[in-house]
Amino acid sequence: MEAAERRVISVIVINEASVLSRITDLFSGRGYNITSLTVAPIPESRYSRLTIVTSGSVRVIEQITKQLHKLIPVLKVIEHADLVEKEMALVKFPITENLADISALCSAYNGNIVNVSEEVIITMVADEPKRVDYFLSAIKRFHPKEIVRSGAVALER
Amino acid sequence: MQISGAQMVIEALIAEEVDTIFGYPGGAIMNVYDEIYKQNSFKHILTRHEQAAVHAAEGYSKASGKVGVAMITSGPGFTNAVTGLADAYMDSVPLVVISGQVPMSLIGTDAFQEIDAVGISRSCTKHNYLVTDAADLPRVLKEAFYIARTGRPGPVHVDIPKDVTAQIAKFDYSKEVDIETYKPTTKGNTRQIKKAVDAIKNAKRPLFYLGGGIINSNASEEVRKLVKNTGIPAVETFMARGTLKYDDPLLISMLGMHGSYAANMAMSETDLVIGLGARFDDRVTGKLSEFAKGAKIIHVDIDPASISKLVNADFPIVGDIKHVVKSMLDIAKTTIDKERYTPWLDTIANFNKLHPLSFKEDSEDLKPQWVIKRVGETLGDNANISTDVGQHQMWTAQFYPFSRPRQFISSGGLGTMGFGFPAAVGVKAADPKRISVNFTGDGSILMNIQELMTAVEQKLPVINIILNNNYLGMVRQWQTLFYNKRHSETDLSMQPDFVKLAEAFGGVGYRVSTKEEFDAALKDAIEKNVVAFIDVKVHRLENVMPMVPSGGSLFNMMLEYKEK
Repeated sequence: MEAAERRVISVIVINEASVLSRITDLFSGRGYNITSLTVAPIPESRYSRLTIVTSGSVRVIEQITKQLHKLIPVLKVIEHADLVEKEMALVKFPITENLADISALCSAYNGNIVNVSEEVIITMVADEPKRVDYFLSAIKRFHPKEIVRSGAVALER
Repeated sequence: MQISGAQMVIEALIAEEVDTIFGYPGGAIMNVYDEIYKQNSFKHILTRHEQAAVHAAEGYSKASGKVGVAMITSGPGFTNAVTGLADAYMDSVPLVVISGQVPMSLIGTDAFQEIDAVGISRSCTKHNYLVTDAADLPRVLKEAFYIARTGRPGPVHVDIPKDVTAQIAKFDYSKEVDIETYKPTTKGNTRQIKKAVDAIKNAKRPLFYLGGGIINSNASEEVRKLVKNTGIPAVETFMARGTLKYDDPLLISMLGMHGSYAANMAMSETDLVIGLGARFDDRVTGKLSEFAKGAKIIHVDIDPASISKLVNADFPIVGDIKHVVKSMLDIAKTTIDKERYTPWLDTIANFNKLHPLSFKEDSEDLKPQWVIKRVGETLGDNANISTDVGQHQMWTAQFYPFSRPRQFISSGGLGTMGFGFPAAVGVKAADPKRISVNFTGDGSILMNIQELMTAVEQKLPVINIILNNNYLGMVRQWQTLFYNKRHSETDLSMQPDFVKLAEAFGGVGYRVSTKEEFDAALKDAIEKNVVAFIDVKVHRLENVMPMVPSGGSLFNMMLEYKEK
């Protein structure tokens, strides 16, 4: 077996009905893996951009890009080599935790407190996926009540 | 011009010069059928099942090279057609399948005869559309035909809600298709082609590996020329049968699981595979790591995703076979020194002599291979041959003398039992002058037997030759070889009277068990020119040989197996 590598692929598609399911059906139908998937329209255009984090051998990744390209609404498939990649996480803490420490941790990971209510505070960080992992393990001792992570977005350098 | 969505469908079919469509009406597609009733431009053939409508459209397309069209209703009409779509997708058959859908206002309410048709067809079509506005219909239909026939061909599904077929909008079919995201490459890269030709010139034991893409791109003539000019031997895939004439001295026969010993040995000993429109299917390659081991690989295919999918190509060329082979012919003008292949051709001749494709007439019973050879001797080039799926299909590919592309019509990729008879009806509609013969098995024929009615009603005589061994033969063969003869649920001794069945539908039936009876029945069926069943009692335990056991290496063929 060839080694499976983590890869980030951007797909530019025509922004039309059911295009997302075409992409995800392709992955499930051919047994490819999706680690994360982020989609949003590209401003002032008729396209959307998908950022797909996947893994597979060189052969599998090649097939993924070729098969994606075969889909009729797909304009471009970019297999990133040298990229800037960011992911976001929102975390909810009890208000009783040490807010100063949490705030300091957040700023170390390019984030801050974004909402405070009577019971909880919510923080946000946006950083490289690996660093988001570190952040999430570092905040464990502050008893996070809920964590939500976005998928990655990426741009070629 | 302002017309209804239903009228647009008709106008589009006329503009695409469609002369025959296959279909089955129902609630959601009735507006379109009302317009079909009013027109005289094309013929509608009413099949007796939606699956058969799509298979008939496939047969029509495979025989004629044109885009096949099928028309069906929503819900069960559509789900019945899915097998046909999947079959066409696997074999790259250009089709446009139009289905009715419940009105827009009812979509998503679990309405009567509602199903998410485009959701279902997504994985078994080249592309699909749900049309939500009649104003989109001209563009969508035009794109559908364009996408179906260009690039790697395939089925396109257009789902139209009932209210959209009633909606009035502007119809303008004159605009050229321009899909900015879909631009298939047709011309191969010149430098890459030149490199490939150099590799051919330097090879000692080159071998053409001819695939179904050649037939799809109508490139057989160019390929025949290339083979002749280079003097390089060739093997054909199942899908490519008929690319070279059966008696071409350079044709080694079919390769793969039930290919000839010589073809598989040639593939194992070649130093350069010249793959043209073939996709290295697992039924061809056997064990991948042993496939053409010491060889460099040239792979020409219109579908970039087919190249290096399974076997790494040293010379990948993306393009239409017809274009690429023409360029190869141009570049290779300085004739290749054919003398250098003499030892290679001798080796192959030796393989052929050692284990030719053959069968033994060692029993009183008729051998199925004899029947196929006999039809070949009798009808040869005058017949189009379709098959169902199973042992009879492999024997046909092995023993029928195919003279031309599009003569052999069969379900390759999906292996759909029940394909043959409706496909043969479509073939007859496309090519009425030639006799349409369907080789089938006693298992397969029952899967779309209702098409007897279609064939009789439409006066599309198909001669169905049932190679009847009272078994689901191919599965039984595997059970014998790999499951220690545990023949689980493959005994089909209980079967209908096929002669009476044919007669009940208004056709003609024959039951035969000797050579003389078979000859007489075939002669009579041809003369009468009617829908016929020839129920041939064949040797029950005949196996398809030689065989590469699933996952085995091509050079390790099982040459004979006598079952008692």
